[in-house]
Amino acid sequence: MDTLFLFIKAFVVGGLICDIGQLLIMRTKLTNARILVIFVVSGVVLTALGLYKPLVDFAGAGATVPLTGFGYSLAMGAIEAVNRYGFWGAFVGGVTRTAAGITAAVVFGLLNALIFKPHAKP
Amino acid sequence: MSRLPFTPDEYGEIVSKLTPPSRHLRGYLRAFWVGGVICVLGQALTLWAETLSLGETTAPMFTTSVLVFLGTTLTGIGVYDRIGKYAGAGSAIPVTGFANSVAAPAIEFQREGAITGVGARLFTLAGPVLAYGIAASVLVGIVYWLIRGWVL
Amino acid sequence: MSRAGKQTFVYDRPPAIVAHASIAGPKEGQGPLAEWFDVVLEDDLLGQKSWELAEMEMVRRCVQRALNDAHMGEDAVQAMLGGDLNNQIIASSFAARALGIPFIGLYGACSTFVQALVLGSALISGGDLDNAVCAASSHFCTAERQFRFPLELGSQRPPQASWTATACGCALLTAPGEGHSGPLRTTCGTVGRVIDLNITDANHMGAAMAPAVFDCIAAHLSDTGRGAGDYDLIATGDLGWIGRNLLLELADAAGVALPPDRLIDCGASLFYQEQDAHAGGSGCGCVASVSCGWLMKRLEQGELRRLLLVGSGAMLSPTSSQQGQSVPGIAYAVAIERED
Repeated sequence: MDTLFLFIKAFVVGGLICDIGQLLIMRTKLTNARILVIFVVSGVVLTALGLYKPLVDFAGAGATVPLTGFGYSLAMGAIEAVNRYGFWGAFVGGVTRTAAGITAAVVFGLLNALIFKPHAKP
Repeated sequence: MSRLPFTPDEYGEIVSKLTPPSRHLRGYLRAFWVGGVICVLGQALTLWAETLSLGETTAPMFTTSVLVFLGTTLTGIGVYDRIGKYAGAGSAIPVTGFANSVAAPAIEFQREGAITGVGARLFTLAGPVLAYGIAASVLVGIVYWLIRGWVL
Repeated sequence: MSRAGKQTFVYDRPPAIVAHASIAGPKEGQGPLAEWFDVVLEDDLLGQKSWELAEMEMVRRCVQRALNDAHMGEDAVQAMLGGDLNNQIIASSFAARALGIPFIGLYGACSTFVQALVLGSALISGGDLDNAVCAASSHFCTAERQFRFPLELGSQRPPQASWTATACGCALLTAPGEGHSGPLRTTCGTVGRVIDLNITDANHMGAAMAPAVFDCIAAHLSDTGRGAGDYDLIATGDLGWIGRNLLLELADAAGVALPPDRLIDCGASLFYQEQDAHAGGSGCGCVASVSCGWLMKRLEQGELRRLLLVGSGAMLSPTSSQQGQSVPGIAYAVAIERED
């Protein structure tokens, strides 16, 4: 039962975060690229203000899978690294914590270019 | 400009009157359920990672990598653009959308070569996300360092 | 050749359209005009290595087909006028390389085909050329990657966005009185002004172009002293159905009679609503293929006698829209009439 509740929380919170993006797509003239940047930077800022961590504790993947969660990882990484290494931690922590995601995107992206051909849209 | 009956402002009003709006309710529903399902998938992966007894830091990495792999592969077989057309932000905002934004130009520009095509274009869309995300995290780190030094 | 008013050429020796050809892509070939096109492609890539080469091959085949219909060799053609949407119009120039016809590259965005007809007719009517082939093309995949996003990116289009047609159209013009030349004549052509009513949404090309189309039609009618009623049909290029409504609003407010039942838009005619092309088809190939495939055939069949074909173009580039500039529009009009 707890597991089911976990999934429901992830579904609802993740869906709502995506709907904020959908709101920006339909109500503003912001391009997709700008919306993604806004999401990541908001994630960083909200985490720094201590507002995003409670959401992650509550909704799990519902808060970490959207791009705001990427911002959360960047900010948490930077803060933890400052705790560990002092000033220079600010330059290390963000990328270290998100390295797996970024590297996976680069490697799998390149592999895709090797394997697949562009498709025409129907 | 004698022949035109409208000023740019008047014309702008007529244009917005005659342009149909996006179908809002449908858009929100689709974004909600697709985005929610991707997050549920992420949650399932996280639970699976726990049973694999990966550490507290490696488990999220596992989840992210698998989602990224799914995103790029669905892009490669030409499915993710259809999901995106249906779901809008529902598939663009999750990390799979980030993977799609890396894989799409990589596939598209392979005919321009490995270096100037794939290599250079890989981050056309994801580049701004990384640039401003990383810059913001450094800023947060520095501010945190300053406050910590000042408080202690 | 003489002039009427400020913007209109009157072709005193009206050139004949002796042959025309149209090629449409797979999606266009499922639309309402499918049976009118001479060729419907089964494959967007035409067996080529890239979308750009595919577009080039489409232009080459289209010109070849028109020449075959007229029993004319490439050597006999004195000029090819045309263009496309690619940077530096590579599809047309590469096709001209393969055809070996002297090439005059043009760019009028989606209005290029009508621009070519206006200029080609002027050169022939003035006696400077005996014949000329006018061609224009567009390809969804080349345009999309150049102006918007990679094809595989999952993004939504707003309802006002148009769908770049994968299509090509080509017309062969000759000086009058050269053998059996068929009934179609170009009788006058109007060069439009670049008009900008400050539309900044690069997706909303119908809105950006409608004022230029209106300005060009109004200039044509006032230069020639004709009324919209003198034409059986006024066909605009690719305003789409939203842009067509805007054109009617503009005409109404300016007191120019433009009967809605005689006004069609090629882009709005190219796709069914359920084909998800949103505002309609666009691209140089849209007006080119629809006029060569559908409208010219209707003229030949005698169903129409006088047609005013108005090509419209949005003069934007990725650079200008990224720098936040508005989207100026251009239009050209050519009158195509039956001679019996």
